Amino acid sequence: MREITTETITETVAQMCMSANFELGDDVYAALETARTKETSPVGRGILEQITQNAGIAKSEGVPMCQDTGYAVFFVEVGQDVHVKGSLREAINAGVRKGYEEGYLRKSILSDPIKRVNTKDNTPALIHFDIVPGDKIKIIIAPKGGGAENMSEVRMLKPSDGAEGVKDFVVERVNKSGGNPCPPVIVGVGIGGTFEGSAILAKKSLLRELGSKHPAPFYAEMEAELLERINKLGIGPQGLGGNTTALAVFITTGPCHIASLPAAVNMQCHAARHKSAII
Amino acid sequence: MSDQKKKIQTPLTREAAKALKAGDNVLITGTIYTGRDAAHKKMVEAIDKGEKLPFNPEGQIIYYVGPSPTKPGNAIGSAGPTTSYRMDAYSPKMIEVGISGMIGKGEVGPGVVEAMKTHGAVYFAAVGGAAALIARSVKEAKVIAYEELGAEAVREMKVEDFPVIVAQDAHGGNLYIDGKAKYHQA
Repeated sequence: MREITTETITETVAQMCMSANFELGDDVYAALETARTKETSPVGRGILEQITQNAGIAKSEGVPMCQDTGYAVFFVEVGQDVHVKGSLREAINAGVRKGYEEGYLRKSILSDPIKRVNTKDNTPALIHFDIVPGDKIKIIIAPKGGGAENMSEVRMLKPSDGAEGVKDFVVERVNKSGGNPCPPVIVGVGIGGTFEGSAILAKKSLLRELGSKHPAPFYAEMEAELLERINKLGIGPQGLGGNTTALAVFITTGPCHIASLPAAVNMQCHAARHKSAII
Repeated sequence: MSDQKKKIQTPLTREAAKALKAGDNVLITGTIYTGRDAAHKKMVEAIDKGEKLPFNPEGQIIYYVGPSPTKPGNAIGSAGPTTSYRMDAYSPKMIEVGISGMIGKGEVGPGVVEAMKTHGAVYFAAVGGAAALIARSVKEAKVIAYEELGAEAVREMKVEDFPVIVAQDAHGGNLYIDGKAKYHQA
């Protein structure tokens, strides 16, 4: 049984909160640069230029790329041969508290959705735990802004709706979102599972590296077809017209009930932030 | 639509607001005020009770933003626009009492457009997520009301050449519709 201290976890999480918000991933930056050269709308090109310039400033000055530094969402895989002395959940929350304070990150979390009282330290984090074999802990942080999250949806389709029904739902969701989720977006799709299961699959899709292909040819093709349909909508950067509405569509599937075809679309703005660490 | 950037100075008169057209690239210089969800709720409640607003709204521009905390030595933290439709319930009343321009991201609704047409006001889109870049055009910022709201407090900001695009104008012009139609492929 390997022991990991809560201090190690807290320090790692604090650093991850800051680096995730300051440094846009190289894959996202490269995709934005490519989009700028391909965009036919002059307004759209100007916007994409501001976005890449912004990423450079955020990284070099150590400031958040977006003022909405998000809900601190974590995927944590805990090796079953690891022992944490103390509370793992509290160690992660302490890291969020420290990182959001030291990094001058915005505190956007309310303790109650109706009474709307700010907790003032961006906790609690939203943590998805998983138990895996091994003696390590893998932590992924994906800070999630409100603008794109608000444009997301879960829909319980009928099995007879099939692949076409899912595709139409995804395109409709992006089309209705217009400029609100800060396009160019990344579209995370979850198909299968249960009501809540499809939403988690969709969120996990957003962790994929831009440029990567789905391992199953059937879904790789579906992703390519969806991306083409979405970019033909004309929404463009920030919704002001153009052919760069999405940088990628990523699908994750899961087993489901004979009566169901759950589908979820989780919208991600161009500030697609995630970092991972293995302790 | 023009690639030429139009420079405007605040306050923005009704006439100057009406002269701007959807698609215009604009650089704003002068004093602007910030407010988002919670501040708008409070300001509209104040108007309904016949109380004074934290600033004189006559010809002013309001920026929908909740900045990140200010790092020592900087004028403001990262400060990009938030999504505007959430202020749709409040904006017509703000326009009625004097606001002549709003800065945000995403389309504003029909009720706001009607108020813009009736009174002469314009809606500017700033680039969502370009928050560190936009912060460079903010030279000074101070909280003037509702400090308890933290990031959502009302701030007075002095800006220089703040880059925005006229997204919806006082005549019904709408770049969200026109821009999309232009690049839509069947």
